[in-house]
Amino acid sequence: MAIELKMPALSPTMEEGTLAKWLVKEGDEVSAGDVLAEIETDKATMEFESIDEGVVGKILVAEGSENVQVGTVIAILAGEGEDVSDASPVASPEPAAGEEATAPAESAPAAAEKPTAKERPADPEIPAGTNMATLTVREALRDAMAEEMRLDERVFVMGEEVAEYQGAYKVTQGLLEEFGPKRVIDTPITEYGFAGIGTGAAMGGLRPIVEFMTFNFAMQAIDHIINSAAKTNYMSGGQMRCPVVFRGPNGAASRVAAQHSQNYASWYAHVPGLVVIAPYDSSDAKGLLKAAIRSEDPVIFLENELIYGNSFEVAQLDDHVLPIGKARIMREGADVTIVSYSIGVKFALEAAEELAGEGIDAEVIDLRTLRPLDTATVLESLAKTNRLVVAEEGWPTCSIASEIIALCMEEGFDHLDAPVLRVCNEDVPLPYAANLEKMALIDAPRIVAAAKKVCYKD
Amino acid sequence: MRSLQERFEKSKRYKASEEELLAFYEKMLLIRRFEEKAGQLYGLGLIGGFCHLYIGQEAVAVGLQSALEEGKDSVITGYRDHGHMLAYGIDPKVIMAELTGRAAGISRGKGGSMHMFSTEHAFYGGHGIVGAQVPLGAGLAFAHQYNEDGGLCMAYFGDGAANQGQVYETFNMAALWNLPIVFIVENNQYAMGTSVKRSSAETEFYRRGTAFRIPGMDVNGMDVLEVHQAARVAVEHVRGGNGPVLMELNTYRYRGHSMSDPAKYRTREEVQGVREKSDPIEMAKAELIKAGIDEDKLKEIDKDIRAVVAEAADFAENSPELEPHELYTDVLVENY
Repeated sequence: MAIELKMPALSPTMEEGTLAKWLVKEGDEVSAGDVLAEIETDKATMEFESIDEGVVGKILVAEGSENVQVGTVIAILAGEGEDVSDASPVASPEPAAGEEATAPAESAPAAAEKPTAKERPADPEIPAGTNMATLTVREALRDAMAEEMRLDERVFVMGEEVAEYQGAYKVTQGLLEEFGPKRVIDTPITEYGFAGIGTGAAMGGLRPIVEFMTFNFAMQAIDHIINSAAKTNYMSGGQMRCPVVFRGPNGAASRVAAQHSQNYASWYAHVPGLVVIAPYDSSDAKGLLKAAIRSEDPVIFLENELIYGNSFEVAQLDDHVLPIGKARIMREGADVTIVSYSIGVKFALEAAEELAGEGIDAEVIDLRTLRPLDTATVLESLAKTNRLVVAEEGWPTCSIASEIIALCMEEGFDHLDAPVLRVCNEDVPLPYAANLEKMALIDAPRIVAAAKKVCYKD
Repeated sequence: MRSLQERFEKSKRYKASEEELLAFYEKMLLIRRFEEKAGQLYGLGLIGGFCHLYIGQEAVAVGLQSALEEGKDSVITGYRDHGHMLAYGIDPKVIMAELTGRAAGISRGKGGSMHMFSTEHAFYGGHGIVGAQVPLGAGLAFAHQYNEDGGLCMAYFGDGAANQGQVYETFNMAALWNLPIVFIVENNQYAMGTSVKRSSAETEFYRRGTAFRIPGMDVNGMDVLEVHQAARVAVEHVRGGNGPVLMELNTYRYRGHSMSDPAKYRTREEVQGVREKSDPIEMAKAELIKAGIDEDKLKEIDKDIRAVVAEAADFAENSPELEPHELYTDVLVENY
């Protein structure tokens, strides 16, 4: 019986890939374990092996094809004596049956005449007429590190798999080649120890970038981040600085369950002595990482695995550095303000477009820096719209959302026409099961519902 | 693993000139008198919080740090840090003023007894979390190696801290990367109130680097000349690019863990026995007298040191407290 060979998912977050090369041709006999093709994900080139024996009957996706969706049938393996030469390519996989049924009611398809996206206000830091290039967040982060390493000999990167492996999420790709093993350092799996060494190296005058494979593992090292890095300048009366950057992916990834899926933003934003940055797009990732590396203070730089592969425009400037502590208005609006950061901005922008279709003009603010918080931008927007929703991919209790709500109460009370609402993840450890995971995480429909509620239009 | 110990044992005591021995004696005596005064000021309520005295352990910091190049080599330790600062020649006045929490203190009064630093002297603290100074010290050693400045780091920790996991994470990386660091276990026999034999499966701490191929040295920390000799062997090894060394300095603290410790976990006789038989200052004094130094000169030194300490206490007591706005300074370096 013929077997359909489908485009495999080669990482938890892979949605599509490039079929780089076929290593077999039609008519070839293959057995289990033979390498059939090379597939490029956004992180690496992987070999695709046969798990059955048979004859390659028909190749349906030609080599060199880009953006092949996971699950697409790429070839047919024929059993003995079968003829599959008339098999036809399938465009993309059908959604799994039942998926729609379990989705929340709010996720009904958007209105047919979806309004065109509002143009984003230009970032005030970027001069008009600047050439723009499209970069993934991953590339933007790498470029930021590489540029700063070229400028300052004191800057080095350390962490698990940052050098020879090219980064567990390929953020440090190519750095070893350019800067060598002295400045791109693979550590053993020993977060407490290497966070302490990085902190000590900063005290000794260097500019370390300490990568955590994910911030979940920084829990092992949090004593050095807080007790050693954050407090030393104060405890020494300003004598001893600690210009270290701790960076890595933060927040939920995809189907990796509770211990690998947590947003630590409010943990670090709680601590005086730290700077906490959580960018959304490539431009902010690059501009703010460069600023973080140059800062004299210890910086927590929270990235998000799910947006590493997303592409955005970045200004082609010799030195694209953005100010720490400034929020950014991602979309101007008059009726309600949606405050968010990191991947939450993506959902907030989606929600804003949907709200526009329903006659609600939402303003979207990306906080970008979580400590120190740009309270002025939030309060100015509140004064304009009088309604505010916070969207945060993280738990609700004692969150950044809680902080924004407190701010609105303390300093924006007279501008409020409705209680501020927060849209956060469900208050449970993140489950593995696909349907439950989906239920636990924030999405645009929930932000839309909250925005309508504060506009009294639900 | 035993090569350094063997080299050290060939000639265990440093042959100090009279001048050198006198300098060691003076430093140790300064630490002793300073700590006694700090104890008094604590009793008067002028020093608050935790205050851990170094009395009994003076030969360790003095013997070791005299083998370093001040300003080039870095030093880091835990919370029992007054002695290490005095051994590095830091002004007793600003140390005492830190203890009283005054603006003139070395950390501008914001750190207190456990958190004192002098980047000028390459003294990097003064850390309150037990064991944290060990990877931080390896980071300083990393910076010496990275900058190729020829310096090394001396990282002190106690027999209590020696049971922290991060110490062994650091041993691994320090050996793996050949970092220029001397690890010092100041074994004063008690982790707070828990004796070494009640807390440690391996009580010979100098052996604990073996799994990481770090050579160990077992040193009598009550004899300043033995400490100094051992330090010279270790420093030569590390400076030669041979990677880390682990030294165990066996010593004894006469006072409680901190000022509020009545020390019920050991007998008076035990403490008295150490004081009488192996006090580092008395040992150095006897040696100086044997070498023919005038006893009047020693009395003169003692008088001078008492004066220095009294002046430091006076300064610390009378210098102004911090301006209220200082509450908010030094949180971050930059304005955002």
